[in-house]
Amino acid sequence: MNVITIERKVLEKNDEIARLNRALFAQHGIFALNFVSSPGSGKTSILERTLEHLGGRLKIAVIEGDVQTDLDAQRVAQYNVPVVQIVTHGGCHLEAKLVYDALNRINLENIDVFVIENVGNLVCPANYDLGEAMKVVVMSTTEGEDKPLKYPGMFRNSTVLLINKIDLLPYVPCNIEKLRRNALQINPSLIIFETSCTTLAGIPEWCDWLVEKVPIAE
Amino acid sequence: MHELSIAQNVIEIVQQNLPPAPHPGVRSVKMKVGEMAGVVIDSLEFCFSAIIPGTPLEGARLEIERVPVVAHCRRCEVHFEVDHYAFVCPSCENIEIEVISGRELQVVEVELLDEKVGAV
Repeated sequence: MNVITIERKVLEKNDEIARLNRALFAQHGIFALNFVSSPGSGKTSILERTLEHLGGRLKIAVIEGDVQTDLDAQRVAQYNVPVVQIVTHGGCHLEAKLVYDALNRINLENIDVFVIENVGNLVCPANYDLGEAMKVVVMSTTEGEDKPLKYPGMFRNSTVLLINKIDLLPYVPCNIEKLRRNALQINPSLIIFETSCTTLAGIPEWCDWLVEKVPIAE
Repeated sequence: MHELSIAQNVIEIVQQNLPPAPHPGVRSVKMKVGEMAGVVIDSLEFCFSAIIPGTPLEGARLEIERVPVVAHCRRCEVHFEVDHYAFVCPSCENIEIEVISGRELQVVEVELLDEKVGAV
């Protein structure tokens, strides 16, 4: 029997480039966030409300990942922040190399926070390290309280959970306490904010947390 | 559907480890896939079989070992299998636990065909 031992991680190439991205962020003192969620949970809206609320308190740059169109980049560009759109043409997640290439198209000087808005998908993006400091998972009240149990990998790997569209709670059968319990069962150290991009509930709390978290270079 | 790009990575890694041609071809590729690796096994097997024709792996079988999610309790030091993603120590109910396996996605080894079976 002729066996060749390999013992190599399948995603080692991605992890290697993610390390380069991480080093690049560190070199420029940038705090990088990987925003993940299902399609339509409100990642882009939260980003817009965050940019509005912060009003320049942090200098933010954005990478938008979408399967098609640069519509999200157009939305974010209205806030006069550097933004690069990555169109994956069918790809269901961002990979470190796509982010690496995008970083080469942005001036990284004087940026405090890099938001990488991933493709809407709660499965695949959990596996691909992009070099971020943390993942922020967004889910909305319309998605049902069992979502964390159905997609444990993503909730386990995230640091922050934003429960969005809480203004819809009176109209949807979502038990928010149960949702929190489910999320904390998967990841007891999750930091949770309840937000609404319509009433702006929770946006100031989330932004304050972010400001406190980011080591701003003097 | 990231299983397709995973299958492509697997083939690339195997090819980097094959002896220089001509070699007898590949009988099987052994992988470890954690229960929490976010990979659908059927889909990975399908993608693998769909893209190996025309490569040195043509005809190879994919053998997958599933790795359960196992955690270590930092308080009472027990190891336990995480059941239904309940990340709580079953003996002391502590939530300060460390996941020690279950996220593997690894190419372990390849087995080559016998010399006489045919050359690639």
